[in-house]
Amino acid sequence: MNLQLSLSAKLIAIAVTSIFLVACKSTPIAPAKVEDKSPAQPAATQADSGADTGAVKEVVIDSTANNVGNNPLKDPSNILSKRNIYFDFDSDAVKSEYRPLVEAHAKYMLAHPDAKMVIQGNTDERGTREYNLSLGQRRSVAVKKALNLLGVQDNQIETVSYGEEKATQNCSGDACDKDRRADIVHTGD
Amino acid sequence: MKLFRWMLFCAIFLTASMANAALEIEISGGGAQQIPIAVVPFGGAGNTKDNINEIIAADLHRSGLFRVLETRGMANLPTTPAQIKYAEWAVLQAQAITVGNVESVAGGRLKVSFQLMDVLKQTQLAGMDYQIAPSQTRTTAHKIADIIYQKLTGQSGIFASRIAYITKSGKRYALQVADADGHSPQTVVSSNEPLISPSWSPDGTKLAYVSFEKKKPVIFVQSLTSGSREILANYKGNNSAPAWSPDGSKLAIVLTYGANSQIYTISSSGGGLKQITKSSAIDTEPAFSPDGNMIYFSSDRGGKPQIYKVPADGGSPSRVTFEGNYNVSPRFSPDGKSLAYIRNDGGKFRVAMQDLASGQVQLLSEGSQDESPSFAPNGRVILYATKVRGRGALAAVSSDGKVRQRLNDATGGDVREPAWGPLAN
Repeated sequence: MNLQLSLSAKLIAIAVTSIFLVACKSTPIAPAKVEDKSPAQPAATQADSGADTGAVKEVVIDSTANNVGNNPLKDPSNILSKRNIYFDFDSDAVKSEYRPLVEAHAKYMLAHPDAKMVIQGNTDERGTREYNLSLGQRRSVAVKKALNLLGVQDNQIETVSYGEEKATQNCSGDACDKDRRADIVHTGD
Repeated sequence: MKLFRWMLFCAIFLTASMANAALEIEISGGGAQQIPIAVVPFGGAGNTKDNINEIIAADLHRSGLFRVLETRGMANLPTTPAQIKYAEWAVLQAQAITVGNVESVAGGRLKVSFQLMDVLKQTQLAGMDYQIAPSQTRTTAHKIADIIYQKLTGQSGIFASRIAYITKSGKRYALQVADADGHSPQTVVSSNEPLISPSWSPDGTKLAYVSFEKKKPVIFVQSLTSGSREILANYKGNNSAPAWSPDGSKLAIVLTYGANSQIYTISSSGGGLKQITKSSAIDTEPAFSPDGNMIYFSSDRGGKPQIYKVPADGGSPSRVTFEGNYNVSPRFSPDGKSLAYIRNDGGKFRVAMQDLASGQVQLLSEGSQDESPSFAPNGRVILYATKVRGRGALAAVSSDGKVRQRLNDATGGDVREPAWGPLAN
């Protein structure tokens, strides 16, 4: 039993790490098992450089989110106010630089089991509208899978896509980097 | 309340005054074998503000299959078959001539009559009388053009059919329906959130479409006559890409729940949901074959997006397109013999047409961001969305690639996602 647990914990740690490096097509490993332990673990595994480190810590204060007039989701100094995850061209891989952001939102959702979120996938304007809707969906699902691996359950997350409908850039070459995006929207935003 | 009514009146008035010039048509090319025809001004033309003969002539010209002869210099302009001096028209090499008359009758209505005559044989090919409200003049002219087209080409006319498309003006989206020549647009629904993927019911009385008004794609079905609007599908995740079955009993749609796009069928009254494709890939853009037996769709199950087909009640899919790295948005010709779709041809998205028997593919459009191919109900023309200087416009190409038209939005907005409705009754 013990062995099994630690094995699955390792598998989860590997999966969580790899999901930020590789495309998210890998099947999430029994996400139901992940729910209690894993959020704390991956936070320590990778040293993402930069300013966000401090912000991740603020997420811990998250448990006080119910305080009146103190909404961490809207506090610009809180990483939870960051909602955009950008993707490479023709890719649905969540890049490692978004790990702190995804972890912060995962912690928030775990701390607020009644909270719901919608992840909206987006693409640039190239290609047909309906096909882009499906491509955008793949991006929102990739973010959801990353959250699943951190323990967030499907009943708290809806994945949808706007396809190219929110695209604002006129594409030429490999521009349009701002349009290839998934946006996190919390209920009540 | 009074103010509101006045505003409503203004809105309607504005829409109406913009209506007649909303889409401007440019035509290029033309068939080698054009039928020379004289469309003589109708007698009693003062009874209507619309010049029926001009509407007919424009329709015939736009098809690329007719050479409409200039009648202005003619000394004799007949309005009945008895008045036709056939020799004069034979000199102009007219193969056919139409004459007609409009008169006011009781109840403020109009009586429109017309005859189509064979110049060589001096016989009548078609004739018709209509009693109409003055507001039906344009539609009646289109119906007459349909009869002429049918008599002289042997194929159904499409001039009285209608098209649907999406406009975007500023931040406002609208689903509109217009005559096939772009005239008389009417807004079916408008929204501050995107509207996409309009799809005609086979009887032409309803449109299915996707609206983002609930901050996610949800499928609605709306009656054009009553304006009543119902949610067809609002499941968790995306609800998109509605396509009617040929008998109108169900629609193929795309749902995602918590994963990738998959194809389902749903009864046209909602319910009876059935999953048709089961894959870990993207399966989207379903289209029924005209016999209703198959659903064609786009999928990246093989890596790059290609078109596949699956039995309409489920089964194993098989691949349809093999050339190129990106073939999406399949649309059937009404006879079921050809498939139009969008191909990424070296970075340029173009309309391709594939003969299903031989597999032969022809690139039909010349733009670089062409989308949403839609066959005219007689199969002779494909309407599609294109971009002109960064702005969305509609274009059409004959299925042989010889005649091209462009419909520009004269109001300066974006036009996109055309869908050609069924034949007029």
